[in-house]
Amino acid sequence: MTVTTYSVHDLFGSFDNFASYTTGGLVYGAIYALIALGYTMVYGVLQLINFAHSEVFMYGTFAVAWTFVFLHGTDSASQSLGEALPILLVALLVAMFVSALVALLLERVAYRPLINKNAPKLIALISAIGASFALAEAMGLRDRFAKWVGLDDNLKDYVSPEKARDVYSNPVTINPHDLFSIGGYTVTDVDLVVIGAAILMMVALDQFVRRTRFGRGIRAVAQDPESAALMGVNSTRVVQVTFLIGGLMAGVAATLYMLKIGSTRQNAGFILGVKAFTAAVMGGIGNLRGALLGGLLLGVMENWGSAVFGSQWKDVVAFVLLVLILLVRPSGLLGEALGKARA
Amino acid sequence: MATQTQPPVGTWRNPLAVIGDKWDGVVNAYNRQPLLVRALLIALVLVLVYALPLLRPPVLTTQNIDFGGVMFRVAAFALVALGLNIVIGYAGLLDLGYVGFYATGAYTTGVLTAQHGSWPFFLALPIAIVVTMITGVILGAPTLRVRGDYLAIVTLGFGEIIRICVKNIEWLGASAGIKDIPHPNTIGPAANPPFDKGGLFEIPRVQWDGLTPSLDYDHATHFLVFGALDAIPYYWLLLTALILVLIGDRLIKASRVGRAWEATREDEDAAELMGVPTFKYKLMAFALGAAIGGLSGAFYASGQGGYISPDSFPLLLSMLFVAAVIVGGSGNRWGAIAGGALVAYLPERFREFADYRLLVFGLALTVLAVWKPDGLLPPRRVRRAKAAEAEIDALELGEDDGGVKA
Amino acid sequence: MIRSTKSLRTLAALAGVAALTLSACGSSDDDGDKKSAGGASELCGKNLAFLGALTGDAGALGQNMVNGIELALKEHNDKNADCKISLKKFDSQGSPDNAPGLATQIVNDDSIFGLVGPGFSGESLATGKTFFEAGLPSISPSATNVTITDQGWTTWHRVIGNDDAQGKADAGYLTGKVGAKKVFVVDDGQDYSKGLAGTVKDALGDALVDSDQISVGDTNMSAVVQAVKSSGADAVFYGGYYTEAGLLAKQLRQGGFKGTFMSGDGSEDPNFVKVAGKEGAEGAVLSAPAGPAPSGFGATGLYATQAYDATNIFLAGIEDGASNGEELNKFIGSYTGDGVSGPIAFDDKGDIKESKIYAYFVKSGELDVANPEVIE
Repeated sequence: MTVTTYSVHDLFGSFDNFASYTTGGLVYGAIYALIALGYTMVYGVLQLINFAHSEVFMYGTFAVAWTFVFLHGTDSASQSLGEALPILLVALLVAMFVSALVALLLERVAYRPLINKNAPKLIALISAIGASFALAEAMGLRDRFAKWVGLDDNLKDYVSPEKARDVYSNPVTINPHDLFSIGGYTVTDVDLVVIGAAILMMVALDQFVRRTRFGRGIRAVAQDPESAALMGVNSTRVVQVTFLIGGLMAGVAATLYMLKIGSTRQNAGFILGVKAFTAAVMGGIGNLRGALLGGLLLGVMENWGSAVFGSQWKDVVAFVLLVLILLVRPSGLLGEALGKARA
Repeated sequence: MATQTQPPVGTWRNPLAVIGDKWDGVVNAYNRQPLLVRALLIALVLVLVYALPLLRPPVLTTQNIDFGGVMFRVAAFALVALGLNIVIGYAGLLDLGYVGFYATGAYTTGVLTAQHGSWPFFLALPIAIVVTMITGVILGAPTLRVRGDYLAIVTLGFGEIIRICVKNIEWLGASAGIKDIPHPNTIGPAANPPFDKGGLFEIPRVQWDGLTPSLDYDHATHFLVFGALDAIPYYWLLLTALILVLIGDRLIKASRVGRAWEATREDEDAAELMGVPTFKYKLMAFALGAAIGGLSGAFYASGQGGYISPDSFPLLLSMLFVAAVIVGGSGNRWGAIAGGALVAYLPERFREFADYRLLVFGLALTVLAVWKPDGLLPPRRVRRAKAAEAEIDALELGEDDGGVKA
Repeated sequence: MIRSTKSLRTLAALAGVAALTLSACGSSDDDGDKKSAGGASELCGKNLAFLGALTGDAGALGQNMVNGIELALKEHNDKNADCKISLKKFDSQGSPDNAPGLATQIVNDDSIFGLVGPGFSGESLATGKTFFEAGLPSISPSATNVTITDQGWTTWHRVIGNDDAQGKADAGYLTGKVGAKKVFVVDDGQDYSKGLAGTVKDALGDALVDSDQISVGDTNMSAVVQAVKSSGADAVFYGGYYTEAGLLAKQLRQGGFKGTFMSGDGSEDPNFVKVAGKEGAEGAVLSAPAGPAPSGFGATGLYATQAYDATNIFLAGIEDGASNGEELNKFIGSYTGDGVSGPIAFDDKGDIKESKIYAYFVKSGELDVANPEVIE
């Protein structure tokens, strides 16, 4: 048997390229990971695929853009990360609030009635698909709603009349600055903030689930809802908190996304949602650390795939990787359920 | 969860059961009739269904889009839902990439009849079915070993892989798609556009002025002319296929295979212990479902427009297909057909809502799901189980409340 | 059963007779008036149809076209009170799946004599046969795919240059005026984009250094940016629409790319600058087979001028006395005139004979729509 070995140079041209593809992938992977948390938490607790989580994220991206319009105005400008930081922090809070609100609304309207009725799992998926359509469309029709309530003149900058379905950009473009270089590849402050923030949020959440009373409640319900209820855990409250956390994390992801990309639209959540869900499954759905691992891995593999086969095959690389991982490890890389997380 | 059982549960189940019970009533009443009456009833219903786009009933008919075209789409969706019902409803496998099979059927037809060959449609059709079935087996063999919920994302991935491949492979027309796919052969004198419309004879359609019907000879359907001007012959063709598949579905559901699917769905481990080779049967469901999806895709490809492109097979369509099956009542073939028909029909009927169409559709899906968690027409076994459950609840509560049982 | 059929027939026959009488009256009136009044054509009071995306993600483009059509109709109706033409809009959402049903509805609607549209290439390919077999003349303001006019549909026309002409001009501009030695070509994999990018690639010849393809809705361009940088390209051409074009331009600049960024008509929209940001968009060149709208033109947006011109061709046909689809089609085929988007005449395939390609520039943070440069 002959083994053909490829060096980094053969596939990527040079080590600089390789490092660059990897960093680019990590930045995106961090955003996937934060969105994936929403899928993984809900799945861990309810064994339901929260299909509408992508819209929770999308509302967060608009919240960021609107905060900038509100505090900065519509004249487009370029700022460095430092200059934009004050508004960015406000935007982060607003986005977390908005995303959490949408997530809780979703739980109340599309899930709780079904959970109470002990309905089949699949129907919750349909309910979520419906809610996902409705939420995305409602955002695409924001110009009409503004007109209905007679505020279209006041809200002009927020709804962009006649073009509510068109791409909506943050008025402030945040330009990255080079910080330092590794092996000829320069790392920018924006990239570092995105990856750093994502890992920080992950660690915080992980600790929350492991160490706090609520975290114990979540794990208890994830493991055995009936026993948890008998032990005095309010399962409705736990489900709410689960959605809340997913929403907050999606809000963080939305802020980082707007920091890096800078524009959004009413269907921006769909593709990212599919990717994030893939990431969650890859890492082992229901597993928080798995979501981080899956997200980063997916981001990096996509970029490597683009480099080797061309960008049009990126998604094929991602899905083939998923299938391969599931064939070898049928419940994802870390495969451990939320309920079984070590305390 | 048990502690949350509230008194209204017994009464709550009632609206859910109404449609299903009525449907049962209809079926029972029908079954009591003598053979001759039953045959006549079936014939009457069939004639009505076939004639629907010609009758153009006032409220039902779409105003801003050709009703024949809508009925074609409705039948196509019903056929797809019927196929997916085998996968989801019978075998209990959540397939989020079903559009991939729809695309495979369409592309096989396109390649054989237009892109790389000039086969007649009816020769390409069986090949399309076989190719799609093989695709189903190839995709199913590795993935069906994956556990239930994981299967959803894997199938979704395969749906996307098929679409991306089609989009990037020049041999399949890439993003330009396949143009000018020939129509099925016209039966009778062929049309000779633009003036000679051909056909064996003409059937006028009915025109309604309020509730007064009249015949409209100007826009007659030319019998069995498969051209670009009239969708009704395609509807007839597809409806015929739908009926054949329906009969096949009935036969297979009542057979050993159907029972094996049911056992696998309810408890895979138990089924395996009882000697049911579950993997084999799951694969079979997957392949059969795929074949029906391919069949529908083949009809779509050689339909009125005769044009397919990768953009016709978005991921979203898979979601719609799943929604159709589940909204209709997963596991019940009539439910699946009704769901498919509704999902295709409602957005076209309410075109005047224009911008709000998808919003209303999304809301409707959620409301339907929350209101009728078992679908519009749940299978009889589900309704029986629910009824029994409600009865037990009512009996338990009866001691306190004095008989809530409805 | 039999009786009702009979009464139906009688009804239909009566209706038929009534219609005949009416139309006979109408035509005899017409014959008298035609020459003197210079036009109460039989098409007066009837409808023009529009088929394209009005809702959905591409809805804004369709709305632009409708604005152009309605402007032309309003001008016509204000002048000719005795010959009003109205518009019937059909919303395909830009999807080739919805279009055939709508096309059938249009050809079965006797009050419709012509079509402005279809908006996009996909729906054009899916409906062309229907319109051709029904003999309904159509003029598209925006479908640029080269193959549409190769199908032999003699009723199909467009008032916009196809992707071939634009791609050649763009490649010539990059290698000539810009003096680029190495051009990197990117597209979004859609039919329009691939067609345009393909022509550019062919026309570039040796100057093409490499190419890549992203997908619509993608926002992560880091792999493409890296590929461009490591290829050492001094210019990038992007085939696609403004959202992805803007993101690519922005991420290229942020990644340190210094060369020229160019894209086609799909990106020629002020939103390109918004997405790319001022610095990302600066210096970008966006070509389009359409000149700037004359000052004071009452409709804005990409393709509005073409839709306006297309409508005016139909209206000119009516004024010329065309009374049915066949005559109208003949009139369109031999039409020559100056529209607001440029000179218009059709070759025998239905393509516009002469189409000028303009290059628009992003200067000091804005897309300068008033001062383009003719590049072909």
